[in-house]
Amino acid sequence: MKRNALLIAGISLLALIVLAGLLGPHLVAPELADIGAVRPRRLPSAANWLGTDTQGRDILATLILATPQTLKIGLFAGLIGLAIGVLLGLLAGYFGGAVDGLIRVATDVMMAIPGIAVLVLVATNVRTMTVALMAVIVAGLSWMYPARAIRAQTMSMRERAYVDIAQLNGIGGVRLVVVELLPNLLPYIAASFVTAVSHAMLATVGLEALGLGPQNELTLGMMIYWAQSYGAIIRGMWWWWAPPVAMIATIFLALLMISIGMDRLVNVRLRVDS
Amino acid sequence: MPPLLEARDIHVAFGGGFGGGRRKLALAGVSVAISSAPATTTAIVGESGSGKTTLARLLLGLRAPNSGSVAYDGIALAGMTRAQHMAFRRAVQAIFQDPFDVYNPFYRVDRALMAPLRRFGLAPSRSVADERIDTALEAVGLRPSETRGRYPHQLSGGQRQRVMIARSLLLSPRIILADEPVSMVDASLRATILETLHRLKTDRGISLIYVTHDLATAYQIADRVIVLFAGRIVEAGDAEQVIKHPKHPYTQALIAAIPEPDPSHPWGLGPGAPPAPRADGDEHGGCAYASRCPLAMTMCRARTPPLHAMDGRDIACFRFEGTAT
Amino acid sequence: MTGAALEIEGLSVEFPVSGGVVRAVDAVSFSLQPGERLGLVGESGSGKSTTILALLRMIRPPGRIVAGAIRLGGRDLRALDDAGMRAARFADISLIPQGAMNALNPVLPVRAQIEDVMRAHGIDCDSAEMGRRIAALLDGVGLDAGVADLFAHQLSGGMKQRVCIAMSVALEPQVILADEPTSALDVIVQKQVLSTLAAVQARIGAAIILVGHDMGLMAQFVHRVGVMYAGRLVELGAVRDIFAAPRHPYTQALIASLPSLARRGSFRGIPGIAPSLLTPPSGCAFHPRCPHAMARCRIEAPRARDLGGGHRGSCHLLDEGVHAAPA
Repeated sequence: MKRNALLIAGISLLALIVLAGLLGPHLVAPELADIGAVRPRRLPSAANWLGTDTQGRDILATLILATPQTLKIGLFAGLIGLAIGVLLGLLAGYFGGAVDGLIRVATDVMMAIPGIAVLVLVATNVRTMTVALMAVIVAGLSWMYPARAIRAQTMSMRERAYVDIAQLNGIGGVRLVVVELLPNLLPYIAASFVTAVSHAMLATVGLEALGLGPQNELTLGMMIYWAQSYGAIIRGMWWWWAPPVAMIATIFLALLMISIGMDRLVNVRLRVDS
Repeated sequence: MPPLLEARDIHVAFGGGFGGGRRKLALAGVSVAISSAPATTTAIVGESGSGKTTLARLLLGLRAPNSGSVAYDGIALAGMTRAQHMAFRRAVQAIFQDPFDVYNPFYRVDRALMAPLRRFGLAPSRSVADERIDTALEAVGLRPSETRGRYPHQLSGGQRQRVMIARSLLLSPRIILADEPVSMVDASLRATILETLHRLKTDRGISLIYVTHDLATAYQIADRVIVLFAGRIVEAGDAEQVIKHPKHPYTQALIAAIPEPDPSHPWGLGPGAPPAPRADGDEHGGCAYASRCPLAMTMCRARTPPLHAMDGRDIACFRFEGTAT
Repeated sequence: MTGAALEIEGLSVEFPVSGGVVRAVDAVSFSLQPGERLGLVGESGSGKSTTILALLRMIRPPGRIVAGAIRLGGRDLRALDDAGMRAARFADISLIPQGAMNALNPVLPVRAQIEDVMRAHGIDCDSAEMGRRIAALLDGVGLDAGVADLFAHQLSGGMKQRVCIAMSVALEPQVILADEPTSALDVIVQKQVLSTLAAVQARIGAAIILVGHDMGLMAQFVHRVGVMYAGRLVELGAVRDIFAAPRHPYTQALIASLPSLARRGSFRGIPGIAPSLLTPPSGCAFHPRCPHAMARCRIEAPRARDLGGGHRGSCHLLDEGVHAAPA
C-alpha cells in the first residue's frame, strides 16, 4: 500500500470534497444560497468569496450545497448500476451458454445506444425529475461496464481447479458462486464501482446541463444550467460557471486517481496469487 | 458386484456449434471399469490431446458425455437422486495437477480440509474435526503446526499437494483419481508423494486411478495400464506386461521415447525427424495412428480398429487380431 | 583454459527483496568446450535459470550480478556496454527460453520473426535472399519452407519449439542456452525436438547448455552434468561418472529417487523441504537433509574438490577422503 500514492491521493481528495460538503453549511450560512439572499451580480469579494449570480445567490454557498447532491446521485446511481452489473456478470460468466448469450447481447446493445439519446428521451417524458429518478435512469445506463468486467473475471475463475474441488464437495450453483467466486471478485467489484460512479456522474451532469435535470434541486449540473441559461457566459460572469466546472473536474480527477490506484492494487494481488 | 466406477462407450466431442467449426472428437468409444474389490491402481496414460483429462473429468462427474454413461456402484450419474449423488461425491475424490490452483486464494488451507468434513457431516463437533484433520495431515507426513492457519502461498508446492491428499483421506473415499499429481512437484519430492499414494491402496484399500503422461511414474505404482491415443484406447492390460512388452506401435514408440536416467542405455538420438502430422483419424475414418505407424496397412487408413482382447490384454490394432471385446 | 567456448568463474547473482538479500547464484564456476553439451540440473530455487540469464546479462533489476567473470570465446562479457551486449546476444550467445512456444509473436508470421532477428543484427540483404536463408534455416530444423508463412497458433507445440531453435541458430552463435526447452512437450515430440537440436548444434559447431530438472533427459542428451542446489554448483562431471558414481549426497539422493522403468515399487524421496534462499542454512546448504551430515557441515560451506577426470564436488565428505555410499 505504501507505494500506491495515487490511490491514497485520490481518496484523500475525495474525502476532502465530501468533508467540505458536510462541514460547509456550518461555515457558510446555507440561506445565502436562496434566491435574493444577497445583492446580485457581484464579483468575488471579501463578503462573497465566489461572488453572486443574477438571482442574488451566493455562489460559494450554492457550491457547498450542490456538491453533496451531485455526489449522492453519482453514488446511488453507481451502486444500483454496480449491483445490476455484478449480478448479470456473475450469471453470464458462471452459467455460460444461453444465459451468457442473452446477457451479452443485451450488454452490447445497450453500450451501442448513445446514452444521451436514451436519457433525453426518458427525461423529456417525465413530469417532474427528482434526484432519485435521475439516479435510477442513469444507473440503467452504467450497469454494462461492471457487467462486462465481472463476466470476464468470472469466466476465467470458473476454470480454476478450486471450483472443481468445490464441486467435488457437492457444492454447486448459487452457493458456489457466492462462497468461492465472490470473495475473489471483491477487488474487481471495487474497481468497477469507481468506474460506475464516474459514468453515472458524467451522465447526470450532462443531462442537467441540458436542462433535463431536477429543476427544484441544487446540483452542480443544475448550477451550470442556470449559469448558462441566464447568460453568464455572455455577461462574462466567469465566477458563476467556473466554480461548478472546476468542482466537477476535481471530483473526476479524484475518481480517476482512485481508479488507477485500485487497478494497481488488484494487479499486485494477482501477481501475489501467482 | 457392479464395478465401483465405470465409463461405458463414452463419446465426447467439442466444437461444431453455431456457425460451423470443426467438431473435434475428444473421446470415442472409451470404456473403463474399476472393480470394487480388491483395491487396484489403474494408470490412464496418454499425451496431450489423448483425451485423458476429459476422461478424468467424466469419471469425476465434472462433465457429462455426449453419449455413453458413467456409473458409480452400478447407478448412472445422470439419473442420481440427491442422496445418491452425495454418496458418489463422498466415495470418489480427486487430486489435481496444480497444487496451487486447487486452493481458493481467499481462504486459509484449513478450509480445504474443514469444508468436506462439514459438507458430508463427518465430524459432529469442532474438536473432533480438528483431531481428524491433524491425523490426516500427519498421515501424509506434514506437521499440523506448520500447516494449519496458513494461506496457500505460504506453503511449498509439495506441502500443498500433500494437504490435498490429506483432504482426500478425510473423506475415506473408495477411490481417488489423481490427475498428474506429481508433474508440478520437485523431483526429490515425487517419490515421497508417489509412495503416499501407493500406501493409500496397500494400507487402506483405496483404489487409485492415476492419470499421467509419465509412464515411468505410472510403472511404479500401477497394477493396470490403459494407453490412450487421440481419444481411443489403443492398449490396456497388466502394467508389467504392457510396459515391458508393449504390442501396439504407439505404446512402443512412447516407451522408446522415454529418457532413461542411465547413460549406458542410450535413447538413440537420430537425426531430427520431420514433425509428425496431427492425428487425423476422424477425418478419414481410419486408425488415428496410421499416418505415423511403421506397420500401417491400407486397411488401417480406411477403418478404425476395434479393441480386441488378446493374451490377457486389450489392443486396438489390425496387426493383432483376436476376439472382439 | 584456451579454446573454451565459455568460461564462468565465481558467478554470483543477488536479488534484494523486502526482508533481505537473496543469493540466487553463489560462486558458480565451470567451462564449456566448443561442440560440448552441458546440462545444468536442479530443482526450483536451485539457481539454474538465473545462471543462464546472468550469462546473457538479462537479470532484471534490482537483481544484479555481484561477482564473477564471464568469458565468451575469450571476450569478457561483463565488460561490454549495452550496445555491445545486444550485438552479442543471438549472434554469439543465444537463448531458447523457457516457454519458448509462447515467445513467438502471435500476430506476425514466422518469416517476419526470423527476419527480425537477422536484420536487428545487421544482416542486410534483399527479401529474396532473406527468403532463401529462412527456408534453409527451417529445413535445418526439419520444417517445411511453407511454415514461414504460418502464424504461431497454426503450429503444434513441437513445431513452435523448432521455430525457436531455428531463430536461436539463425546467426550461428558459439553458445546456445536452452532453458527447459521441452518441458511442455509430449515425450515423443521431446525426443524429436532434442534430436533436431543436437543435429543443428553439430552442423554449426556450437556448444549447448541445457537447463532442466529431468535427470533422465540429462542422461540421454548431455556430455557433462552440473548439479545445482540452493544456488551452488555442488557437483560437476561427465554424465557417465555422475550417474554411475555420484559423489555428492544430494546427487546420490536425487538419482536414487528417480522413478525409472528399471525398477518398480521403490520410493526413495529426499526428506525435508527445499531451502529458503532468504535465510539459507548455515554452512553447507544441504546439511539439514543430508544423511551424512557432520558437525563441520553446519559451520563451514564446503569448497569444490577435484575428483579426477573432470569430476568435482563440493562436500566435506570428499575432503575426508570418505567415499560415501548412497544411503
